[in-house]
Amino acid sequence: MNKSWWKILSVILLLYTVAGGFLMDVPRLSIINETIRALYFHVPMWFGMVLMFLLSTLNGILYLRKPDKDRDIVSVEFANTGLTFGVLGIVTGMFWANYTWGSPWHGDPKQNGAAITLLVYMAYFILRGSLENHEQRARLSAVYNIFAFAAMIPLIFIIPRLTSSMHPGSGGNPGFNMYDLDSNMRKVFYPAVTGWILLGVWIASVRIRLRRVEEKILDLEYEKNN
Amino acid sequence: MKKIISLLSILLIVATAHAQEVEMADNLRAEGKIYVVVTILLVILIGLVGYLVMIDRKVSRLEKKLEEKSRS
Repeated sequence: MNKSWWKILSVILLLYTVAGGFLMDVPRLSIINETIRALYFHVPMWFGMVLMFLLSTLNGILYLRKPDKDRDIVSVEFANTGLTFGVLGIVTGMFWANYTWGSPWHGDPKQNGAAITLLVYMAYFILRGSLENHEQRARLSAVYNIFAFAAMIPLIFIIPRLTSSMHPGSGGNPGFNMYDLDSNMRKVFYPAVTGWILLGVWIASVRIRLRRVEEKILDLEYEKNN
Repeated sequence: MKKIISLLSILLIVATAHAQEVEMADNLRAEGKIYVVVTILLVILIGLVGYLVMIDRKVSRLEKKLEEKSRS
């Protein structure tokens, strides 16, 4: 089997998301109206971010168990892609909120939690940038990564459910029950989430490979000079 | 009888009006212009993904080149 089958799957799912997302039926709801279709693009950004951060943390833990420079590269690039997804999620969310909730920043608990999560992960890159020693950088940032991921879970998944949030699936409700998401929308939503996540993994994999090439060049130069 | 029919017809009008109350882009769809939007988005998506494929291939070439160099 072609080893890039998942890249092809990602493209097919994304093409379907755009076509189906705009052409298929959605529930007729007041205020939201047609903007409900933004769900196929805004929410997968967050799903993508959480998965990228999870992969980043797992690679950080693996690095701590057995220090291997490659684990650090994988970890940082997944965090990078995750942060990109998160920024896209928050920007699209603000735009959407402006037209449905009345203002871009509403102090909605999920919105605040997402913003804090992004700041926590930005601090991860600041931490990395402030350390000169490679091993120290890899080790400390892997430890910080675990704390960052642990902080994200209550901020995004727990606190918004304890208080009232304007996001669907908040205020005690599970995020995905039959009342929240119309069955017609699921036909597009699940492929959309899969497609966007695969695209994120693809972008991260390209970045990881570039970093490996970079490392290899540095190693070769080091060998030549010694 | 006439009264009942007129009452029923009013009810029917009210009911259908209620169903149509939520404003959606029905006109855009009826005119077929939604396909213009979808086509534009698909072109952009295909373009960006194509660009990503090209970057991916470039990295593959770079990896191969480096592999040859490190062996020699």
